[in-house]
Amino acid sequence: MLEVKNISLSFGAVQALHDISFGVDQGEILAIIGPNGAGKSSMLNVINGFYTPDSGTILFKGVSRAKMEPAEVARAGVARTFQNIALFRGMTTLDNIMTGRNTKMSKNFLWQALHFGPARNEELEHRRKAEEIIDFLEIQAIRKTIVSRLPYGLQKRVELGRALAAEPELLLLDEPMAGMNTEEKEDMCRFILDVNDHFGTTIALIEHDMGVVMDISDRVVVLDYGQKIADGSPSEVRADKHVIDAYLGVSGN
Amino acid sequence: MAVLGEGDLRAFRTFPKLLACLAASGGNRTAIREKDFGIWQSWTWREYLIEARSLAGGLAECGFQRGDKVAIIGDNRPELYFGIMAAQMLGGVPVPMYQDSIADEMVFILDHAEVRFAVVEDQEQVDKLLTVREQLPNLDFIIFEDDRGLRHYDEPGLMSYADSVRRGTEFELGKPNFIDEEIGKGEGEDIAVMLYTSGTTGQPKGVMLTYENVISTSWSGIEHDNLSSNEKVVAYMPMAWIGDHLFSYGQALCRGFTVNCPESADTVLQDVREIGPTCFFAPPRIWENILTTVMVRIEDSGWVKRKLFSFFMKLAERIGPEIMDGRKVGVLSRCLYFVGRILVYGPLRDNLGFSRMRIAYTAGEAIGPEIFTFYRSIGVNIKQLYGMTEATALVVGQADGEVYADSVGVPYPGVEIRIEDNGEVLCRSPGVFKGYYKNPEATTETLTADGWIRSGDAGLIDGDGQLRIIDRAKDVGKLNNGAMFAPKYIENKLKFSPYVREAVAFGNGHDAVTAFVNIDLEAVGNWAERKGLSYTSYTDLASKSEVYELVGRDIERVNGSLAQDKKLSASQITRFLILHKELDPDDNELTRTRKVRRRFIADKYSELIEALYTGQDSVDIDAQVTFEDGRTGSIQATLAIRDVSIGGGGQLNGGVRAV
Repeated sequence: MLEVKNISLSFGAVQALHDISFGVDQGEILAIIGPNGAGKSSMLNVINGFYTPDSGTILFKGVSRAKMEPAEVARAGVARTFQNIALFRGMTTLDNIMTGRNTKMSKNFLWQALHFGPARNEELEHRRKAEEIIDFLEIQAIRKTIVSRLPYGLQKRVELGRALAAEPELLLLDEPMAGMNTEEKEDMCRFILDVNDHFGTTIALIEHDMGVVMDISDRVVVLDYGQKIADGSPSEVRADKHVIDAYLGVSGN
Repeated sequence: MAVLGEGDLRAFRTFPKLLACLAASGGNRTAIREKDFGIWQSWTWREYLIEARSLAGGLAECGFQRGDKVAIIGDNRPELYFGIMAAQMLGGVPVPMYQDSIADEMVFILDHAEVRFAVVEDQEQVDKLLTVREQLPNLDFIIFEDDRGLRHYDEPGLMSYADSVRRGTEFELGKPNFIDEEIGKGEGEDIAVMLYTSGTTGQPKGVMLTYENVISTSWSGIEHDNLSSNEKVVAYMPMAWIGDHLFSYGQALCRGFTVNCPESADTVLQDVREIGPTCFFAPPRIWENILTTVMVRIEDSGWVKRKLFSFFMKLAERIGPEIMDGRKVGVLSRCLYFVGRILVYGPLRDNLGFSRMRIAYTAGEAIGPEIFTFYRSIGVNIKQLYGMTEATALVVGQADGEVYADSVGVPYPGVEIRIEDNGEVLCRSPGVFKGYYKNPEATTETLTADGWIRSGDAGLIDGDGQLRIIDRAKDVGKLNNGAMFAPKYIENKLKFSPYVREAVAFGNGHDAVTAFVNIDLEAVGNWAERKGLSYTSYTDLASKSEVYELVGRDIERVNGSLAQDKKLSASQITRFLILHKELDPDDNELTRTRKVRRRFIADKYSELIEALYTGQDSVDIDAQVTFEDGRTGSIQATLAIRDVSIGGGGQLNGGVRAV
């Protein structure tokens, strides 16, 4: 579904990504792991169009992309969540999820301002979709709650909801479980698996919690200092010498 | 469209027959609603019939036999009510079960009732059943309503509700008369439903109720409260509870009124507000929670609102109940109350969704008189009801104009009651159950040869003919000085404090009364926030000395009120401790209906009780806790013990540590 080929990215003298290639297959859950500063979030930002790589190509659904704006990427069917929650804090859960439908709205703002006829029907359709997501994520009770008043774990869930609202084919999750307690993590894992199962969404996620990664992902890509050091099933990766070195340090080094 | 009169519906003695009649005349009236995807979705009586028939067809296609038991597990969903109906159409017996039970608890009931079919809500329930399926050779089919996360399950006998309905529709095409014939075979004397009572001791017992039981009791409730076909109720209490079964199923079908299922357990109060029910049924716990929420919100509001609230609430407490009961009240007070209604009571009622409420009931446990008065004073016609599953819920209820906080009312039409010499309340009515399923010993213990039920509750009938319940007959004890000790009475007084969520009083066979307290995390947490007191968890907050002082002050207040009652002044609380964890049904400390399991707690925390009576200032505890998914862990803590001053001194005998 997504093919990343020989991607390199540098910020000044810092080589964030160095000649990285991997693929994401249709319908799988791929985890990108690695120590701090390994280039995981940069990788996501490249896929998502926030960063333009210095060299290399990205193929999404077989089509090569040279340079793309994040908005175009979103319209092409890629949605994401952020490491630091990036919701509209003053808006309700429902409104936040509705903003996820933005790319799917076709009527211009004059139509929307009039709010009748086709524009109204369109909004109803979007609202229906948003409600399905609210139901799916079991956040009915906070539908009308202002997001900034929600606990962290629920905000993360709302952010996932907003990403889902775009009906993405590829969902990028940047540390969906960071800062959560065990129970919240378990809930989130379940939702990720359910999304994959129910909507058939392909998921690429960055995560630090190894337990979570090994449990839910079909495949794991390991980055270290901008290099890809391993790529394979969770059990293969766990046994990989490079990975052990990167994570646990090398004795006598 | 012709709306059926009472007389027409009274002729039908099983629920499937009632439903067929409702669907045939007045079939476009709304039968049941559920909030789903943010919108209230509704089913008319005709659609109710079609759904239930199709599901019944689906069950029949799987080889359903008359007398088969069908477990119903989940939150209140129309599909689960259709499941009850479908089972009854085929002459089966629905067995609604508590949806929050852990898998091991379910095994007993599923096995004991020889359940063959289960109609459940979602993946959570399916997972629970699958983990214990090996122990349940009888369980052939599991039908789930919500297919989320279940697509890749391929256990034998597992199917979705939608599939089952589809198969049922096809089945009906092949055998169009089958279901009508099956419905026709149903008799009033057949077992309509089996409800397992969680019981404060021992294994659950399956109460067998016939159609006659449920239908005649439904009608006596309808008469008592003059219910019409325009009532709106919210079905949010567990379906396994007789109260829900009687109101949301029994009465709704007998009288043909509308039942509303909330979106999720967390949204009940919002949904109640949207629906504006005309009748509302809640156990004291819910009334307490609503009151606590109101109080917390008032505390958080500006001073003008706070002042207004406290002024008008004082007035309302004085004259509100009088006005509601139609007694004489001075003109000036009445005018003030009218102003209060515009400024405070009306908006408050509206905010809670109680504006259209004609009748509200509290039952299941005794309610704190102060809580009761609060609702009556703002114009909510809350009444008490006393009943038990074995008598199909309704035994004694309060009539309009005869409502008192400390008694539960007079017998319902057709119910007789009498009091045994030991104080135990006995009752006899058309709702008296057939017996406990496969448990003749327990049946003979509870049901006398001439049809009376032993309630196990101690009570007395006062001068006005009103029944007053004191406590569980077996819990009423004596202090060493011979004074009566009724633990629940004391606990209910404690629980009126917004800061106390649960309490357990001890004193039987002791010199003085002591208590365990569970604080209310929301209320105390809010209080701590305002005080700038930081805390990390329930355990941490519960151990703060400031919190002890806070609770201690409320206990002193309770002592003050106990001191005024001659019989109970010896029951003042001398020492207490705040438990390090909330009492929880998962740990067997509460029943699923959240009644305190007194004996179990006394056993489990025997060291704590000993410490209360030996004068220690603190005690260490290492207690096991069970998480929602059945895993266990432990909490260690050091609990402080505090003394409380008692009022009306001199009443107490020596040997008591009074401070």
